[in-house]
Amino acid sequence: MVEPTNNEKLAHHLARRDLLRLSPLLLAGALFIPSVRSKFITGGLGVGDWLSEAIFRRNHLAPTFSTSELTPFDQFPLNTYDVNDPDVDFDDWALTVSGDVARPGKYSLAQIKALPLQRQNTKHICVEGWDVVGRFGGARVSDFLNLVGANTSAKFLYVECADDYYESLDMPSALQPQSLLCYEMYDQPLTREHGAPLRFSLPTKLGYKSAKYLTTLRVTDVIPQKGYWEDQGYSQDGGI
Amino acid sequence: MSSTPSLWRRPFLPARILRWPSGKATPASAVYEHPLIVRYCHWLNTIALFILAGSGLQIFMAFPSFGPKIPQHDLLHVPPKLALGGWLGGALQWHITFAWIYIATGLIYVIYQFASGNYRQFLFTSSDIKGVWPMARFYFFRGEKPPAAESYNALQKLAYTFVVLLGILSVWTGLVLYKPVQFSGLAWLLGGFHLARVWHFAVLWLFVLFVIGHLIMVILHGWNNFVSMITGWKRNPDYLP
Repeated sequence: MVEPTNNEKLAHHLARRDLLRLSPLLLAGALFIPSVRSKFITGGLGVGDWLSEAIFRRNHLAPTFSTSELTPFDQFPLNTYDVNDPDVDFDDWALTVSGDVARPGKYSLAQIKALPLQRQNTKHICVEGWDVVGRFGGARVSDFLNLVGANTSAKFLYVECADDYYESLDMPSALQPQSLLCYEMYDQPLTREHGAPLRFSLPTKLGYKSAKYLTTLRVTDVIPQKGYWEDQGYSQDGGI
Repeated sequence: MSSTPSLWRRPFLPARILRWPSGKATPASAVYEHPLIVRYCHWLNTIALFILAGSGLQIFMAFPSFGPKIPQHDLLHVPPKLALGGWLGGALQWHITFAWIYIATGLIYVIYQFASGNYRQFLFTSSDIKGVWPMARFYFFRGEKPPAAESYNALQKLAYTFVVLLGILSVWTGLVLYKPVQFSGLAWLLGGFHLARVWHFAVLWLFVLFVIGHLIMVILHGWNNFVSMITGWKRNPDYLP
């Protein structure tokens, strides 16, 4: 073992300093490599999702609004991804519940409507940047999870829709007291283009999380996919 | 009783100064104006700022309006060459990722400046007010150049203090757009989510104005001034006797 000379120590020290000094340039250069760039920016989005989950408070309520602040119903946008009306047969409709629940099976709209009705004027914020205040009514997701005997320490709800849309929702957000299985808008039964017979209304999430035309709901730790838009690059958490 | 003043009140220590004989009447000199951490934060923050601006414009294109969604009246259309990310989802990935870098370098910069006492180099205080007009007259109205006593003149201090406040506003408005429900108190102070979008957009254009002004000033102050943000050392500064 030979002790490094002072000169060698100095050279080593300089190399590290130079690397540090050049790191902004190295970072900028690395971003021109597509695979590095993609990992880097989806990673940064993931850091945001991780922080979102860390700061989420289940009992912190989204602001609610007065009747005069409501966006008129005919100005409430429709942001369907494919069709406005996937032709759901209301007579035959039931929500199929599976996964980590004590009572799996089909649940009719009447069973969901038998749960306490909660009506609220909350803001619906789209990832595109627009926002509207709507009046939504339905059963709390937490009440429904109680009805089906869900294991609330499971990580996710995974839902599928009549129009092939699909979504995942983290359990803490599902249990937030304003998260609804929504069957009413503006005190009227949900219309087909707004997601009849049943949709999510989630005031703590961006609009793309509030899936319409629900057909199945699975309580699970493992989701097959993150969600229709999330699989294309949107935030999986989608929390606001 | 200790006679050591609190950190806040500790007098500003002048930067390291080198002088060496040059054969002329006055010795050549160089001043260490910007420590490595400041230069590092400056350039990383600069990269982040440009990426945030480009991806921000792409995000804006998803709904280029501050009015209602129905009926939608577009405010302006951004030339695609200025936008970064390709589509809304890609732009959001760029924007959120570089927001962390922007916030981290901004925080380290501000904490370092105040903890080291170096903040006196750029912080605009009441004693700088009287220097603003003479400097403006020099820059814009062919006035006489006021004598320089320190590394930044009153107008530079005004600009750099303003831009730190602008940085804070950009993060505040951005956080409100990102998590308007979790930070509902911060959102309320800005007038809600909808107005926060307007402020965040205004911050972009104030940054554009700052960057243009900053580049003009750097050019006016010359090469040695620019080099000081790369090596830390400013050669032959005009404020040394």
